Amino acid sequence: MTVASDFSDDVEPFRLSMLIYDKRYRSYTLQIITIALFMLAVGWLVSNVVQNFRDLGKEFSFAFLWEPASYDINQRLIEYTSRSPHWKAAVVGILNTLVIAFLGCIAATILGVAIGVMRLSKNWLVSRLMTVYIEGFRNVPVLLWILLASTAFSAMLPAPRQAPLLLGGAFVPTNRGFYVPAPIWESGSGVLGIIFVASIIGAWLFGRWAKARQAATGEILPVLWIRLAIIILPVVIFYFLLGRPVGLSMPELKGFNFQGGGFVRNSFMALWIALSLYTAAFIAENVRSGIQAISKGQTEAAYSLGLPPKRTMNLVILPQALRIIIPPLISQYLNLTKNSSLAIAVGYMDITGTLGGITLNQTGREMESLLLVMGFYLIVSLLISGVMNVYNNSVAIKER
Amino acid sequence: MKTKLLTLALGAAAFATVSTSASAATLDDVKAKGFLQCGVSTGVPGFAFTDDAGDWQGFDPALCRAMAAAIFGDPKAVKFTPTTGKTRFTALASGEVDVLARNTTETFSRDVDLKFTFGPVNYYDGQGFMVRKSLGVTSAKNLSGATICIQTGTTTELNLADYFRANNMTYEPVPIETNAEAQEKYLANACDVYTTDASGLAATRAAFEKPDEHVLLPEIVSKEPLAPLTRHGDDQWADILKWTLNALINAEELGVTAANADDMLANSKIPAIRRLLGAEGDFGTKLGLSNDWSINAIKAGGNYGEIYDKYIGPKTAIGLERGLNQLWNKGGILYAAPLR
Repeated sequence: MTVASDFSDDVEPFRLSMLIYDKRYRSYTLQIITIALFMLAVGWLVSNVVQNFRDLGKEFSFAFLWEPASYDINQRLIEYTSRSPHWKAAVVGILNTLVIAFLGCIAATILGVAIGVMRLSKNWLVSRLMTVYIEGFRNVPVLLWILLASTAFSAMLPAPRQAPLLLGGAFVPTNRGFYVPAPIWESGSGVLGIIFVASIIGAWLFGRWAKARQAATGEILPVLWIRLAIIILPVVIFYFLLGRPVGLSMPELKGFNFQGGGFVRNSFMALWIALSLYTAAFIAENVRSGIQAISKGQTEAAYSLGLPPKRTMNLVILPQALRIIIPPLISQYLNLTKNSSLAIAVGYMDITGTLGGITLNQTGREMESLLLVMGFYLIVSLLISGVMNVYNNSVAIKER
Repeated sequence: MKTKLLTLALGAAAFATVSTSASAATLDDVKAKGFLQCGVSTGVPGFAFTDDAGDWQGFDPALCRAMAAAIFGDPKAVKFTPTTGKTRFTALASGEVDVLARNTTETFSRDVDLKFTFGPVNYYDGQGFMVRKSLGVTSAKNLSGATICIQTGTTTELNLADYFRANNMTYEPVPIETNAEAQEKYLANACDVYTTDASGLAATRAAFEKPDEHVLLPEIVSKEPLAPLTRHGDDQWADILKWTLNALINAEELGVTAANADDMLANSKIPAIRRLLGAEGDFGTKLGLSNDWSINAIKAGGNYGEIYDKYIGPKTAIGLERGLNQLWNKGGILYAAPLR
C-alpha cells in the first residue's frame, strides 16, 4: 500500500475532518457514535421504567419473596404449603421446569435419533411414515400439540371411579392423571442402593476391559448381555437375601381419588409428550442431515473391510455424524427448555406458572417477578449450552 | 458533512432524552378518544357475555354502558376488552382499559399495593363450591382429598388454600385460566369440585345441559365484595365511576326507572329525585360532565334493580335472589350515598 508508506514518511497534522474522511479514524468514530446511541437508548428505557414506577407510586423491591405465598401447588418436589414464602413457590416452579426440561430432552433425543435413522431406511413405508411424522409435528405450533394432548387426556380417559385397573391395579389411567405403584423404602433398602450403584460401576469397568481385550486379541464378547447380568443379578439376589426391603404401594380408590402409589398428572404427561414429540421431529432432521453428510465412501470402505451394517453405523458413521449433529442439538435442547414455559396452558406449575404467574398476579410485582423468571431461563440456557459445548469438544475432531 | 453528522447525533440524543410525559386526566383522554375502554371478563353467563349480534351484554357491561351514557350520552360508546383473572390488573394499570367491571373482589392489597381505586360494591358475593349431586357430598367439610378446579390469579385461590388449611383437609388444585375452561374440565369430571364466587357458580350451572345434576354446597367460605375499579391517582375519574353507580342504586331506591325517568324529570316534585335527575343543582358539571349525565346513565339500561333483574335476577336462567344485594331498606345491605 502506497498510502501507508506515505504516512510513515511525513506526519500529517491532525484535523477534525479526518475523523470521517480518514480510513484510520473512521471506524473508531462510527463505533463511538454507535455505542453512544446504544447507551442513550438503554438509559432512556431505564429512566422510563423508573419514571413509570414513580408515577405509579411503586417501589422496586424483592421483599415480597419472603412473604407467605398463600396458594397451593399440586406438583411439588420439595416440602411446600400455602404458608411457605413466595421464594419457595418459585423454587417448586424451578424444579418442575427442570424436571420437564430434563425428561423432555431425554425422550426427544431417543425418539429423534430413532426417527432420523428410520427416515433413511430403505423400507419405503417406514421412511414415508417418518417423513409424515416429521413434517406434521414441525409445522404445527407446539402450543396446539400441548393443548391437544391435554384435551385428549381429560376428554377420553375415564373419571377415577370408572377407571379400569390395568396390570392388576398397578396402572390406573384417569382423566386426572396416571396412578402407578410407588416404592416404599424400608430398612435395608440403602444397602440395596449401594449394591445397585456398585453393579453399574462394575458393568462399566467390564465394558472397558472387554474393549481393551478386543483391541488386543480381536475377540468379541457379548458385552450387552454380560453387562445386563452384572447390573441385574446382584440386585435381585440381595433383594431376597435382605428380606425384600423395597415394597410397593399400590393405588387404591378412596373417597374422591386414588390414594397411595405414585401420581403422574395429566398436565405433566400432556406437556412432556407434546414437547418431546415436537422437538423429536427437529432432532430427527438434524440426525438425518448429520448421517447424510458423511461421505458414502466411508460406508463402502467399512463394508470392504468386512464390517456388518450395524457395526458400520455404530463405529464408523455415527461417531463422525455426531460432530455435525451436536451443535444444532444444543439449540433444540434450549428450545425445548424455553418452550416448557407454555406449561401454563395446561396448568402445569412451572416457574412461569408460580413466580411468573400466581405470585406476580397476587403481589402485583410484575417487573421484579419477570426479571427473576427471565434471569432463570437465561442461566439455565447458558448452563445447557455450556455442558453441551464441553461434550461437543470431546467428540469434535482433535487436530494435532 | 461533518456538521450534518454532528447535528444528527445531537438530534438523536435530544430525542432519546425526552421521556414520555405523564398522561392527561383519564376523562380528557376518554373524551378525546370518543369512547370508554371497559375491561370485562371473558364470559360468565349473566354477568358478561356477547349476544347474537356480538355486542357485550350483562350485569358488568351494563355499568360501563351507563358510564358511557353519563359521559357521551351514548351507551354504545364503549370498547369492551375481555380480560382473564391474570391479565385484568395489567390491562387496567397499563391504560388498555379505563375501568374494570369484572367480578373483581375489593381487597386491601389490590387497593393499596396494586394502586387501584375501587368504586362502590355492585355485588356482594362469597366463595362457594359446586359438586355433582351423584357424589353425595352435602358439606364443604367433606371435601378432603378432592380435586378442585380454580381460576388462577383470583382471591378464590387464596381463600381455598386458607379454608382447607384451617379445616385440616387436603386437596388437589387444578389451576385454570378462564370460566369456560373450568366448565369444560368440571363437566369432563377432570375435577370433582369447581369453586369460585357463588354468583359465578350459579351462572355457570345455569348454562349446563342438566343443571339439576349439580349442587352448590351450603358453605360460603369468604367475603367477596365485587366492585368496579379504576387506576389510583385520578380522583375525578374515580368520582365519575363512583357516582354513576351510586346514581343507579339511588334511582332504584327513589323509584326512577329507564321508562319513567323523562317523566320524573319534568314532573317530579320530590327534591331527591330532582337532584338525581339534574333538574336541581349542577352535579354533572362538577364532575366534568354535562348536567344530564345521571338521567342518561339511568336511561342506558335502567336503575340497579332493573339491570339486576334483566341479567341475573330470579326470573332469568341464572336465578340469583337479591339477598344481600337488596336495598338497605328492603333487607339487603345496598346503601348508596345520597346526591346532595
